Amino acid sequence: MHESIPTRFGDGSLGHLSVGEIRAEIEAGTQAGATRAKVSPLTADELDHLFDIFASPARFSAVDIGDEVVLTYDGSGSKMIGARVQDLLIYEQMFGADSIELSHVDYSYKAVKTILPYEAQFMKDTQLVATVPVMYGAMPNLGLYSEPDGPTPNWSTLLPQGRVEEAREAQEQAVGLAVQDMVHVADAMWEAGADGIDFDTAGAAGDGDFLATLLAVEKIRARHPQMGIQVGMAGEFVLGMHGELTYDGVRLAGLWPEAQMRLASAAGASIFGPAINVKTDKTGAWNVARALTIAKPCVEKADIPVHMNVGMGVGGVPMNTYMALDAVSRASRACVDVLRVDGL
Amino acid sequence: MCGLRAAGDLVARMQINRRMRLPDAKAYVAERLGVTAPELSDPLVMEAVRGDHGLGRVTTFETLYPTESSAIEAKFNISRALDIPINCVERFSERAGLA
Repeated sequence: MHESIPTRFGDGSLGHLSVGEIRAEIEAGTQAGATRAKVSPLTADELDHLFDIFASPARFSAVDIGDEVVLTYDGSGSKMIGARVQDLLIYEQMFGADSIELSHVDYSYKAVKTILPYEAQFMKDTQLVATVPVMYGAMPNLGLYSEPDGPTPNWSTLLPQGRVEEAREAQEQAVGLAVQDMVHVADAMWEAGADGIDFDTAGAAGDGDFLATLLAVEKIRARHPQMGIQVGMAGEFVLGMHGELTYDGVRLAGLWPEAQMRLASAAGASIFGPAINVKTDKTGAWNVARALTIAKPCVEKADIPVHMNVGMGVGGVPMNTYMALDAVSRASRACVDVLRVDGL
Repeated sequence: MCGLRAAGDLVARMQINRRMRLPDAKAYVAERLGVTAPELSDPLVMEAVRGDHGLGRVTTFETLYPTESSAIEAKFNISRALDIPINCVERFSERAGLA
């Protein structure tokens, strides 16, 4: 075994650690995740397997033949190559994508609503030439409904002023508007022939953002029983920007992935994607061990497919623009081998 | 799972539309197509299976299938093969007067 192993840090930089240091990083990572989320650490076998993955100097790491999982995307295509339909077909034909996601560069439901007929036309046109499932994706992005971008007062400004009740009312108002927009877009996409809809970075603006997503999912499921609905989270726990919002009797502030998944499933989601944050000053091994520890209860208890978010700054993948293959492949393989996720 | 090169899109459909977890989705698709679950990821096996069932294949200048089902045509066959409704297939049928 090599004595000095090349290994990434959470900011993407490449370092070298001894095998002993790598093992220590993995053990520290799982303990950090267990303490933070109040869950059990990974088992000895799981830690040993992670060590095998990270103690290798190989450029690329992969799952065993037959263990491949499904990939979904939060927006596929670079949007810089020709028309969007071409971009999506590149993913299908050349990258072997299992699914593709039509999306707009202004990746928020509030923005998409204003150009919806064009987006729906693109969906219809794409469905005529694509074979793999085509989703439509955007973000709930509750903040866009507050001043100066939207009609409600800005709770981020009100909270530091101690105007808590006004801040809560503003968020509740924004939730109603966001739900309307998300359902409206989903209706149009279903009419245009979409296979499903993706709510990406749910919870980004806190518990109000997550509530808007859950309420939208519930309404869409009732209106379109056959529609695929994917919910991908923004972060590892739901921030209590409001603090008292509930769904199905459960307070949303402070929820970790297992509880997030349960509510998404109850609302009617088809696929749930936990997102575990990366610490850029820690190693990839530490971050992956921590991410798997936090996400493990979610995957074990899920009654719907779990597609772990494994990308820039989440799921153990470093936070930098052009992600190194060695880092992405190790994080991906770890999620499949250890968590037995249904997809990424 | 390599999408059209194997059976990734088919397994994805069972997750997206039927909320099946991966082992169940693989088992279902394998059973419907008469292959084993590991064979679903094998491009050699699946190229032939997809061709036989008209489920669409990757086209390049070396692999052309102008007389085979592709895109929306293939999705009609996918819907039948997997016994699942596919939204765009149903819309196409309605709008083309086939329903």
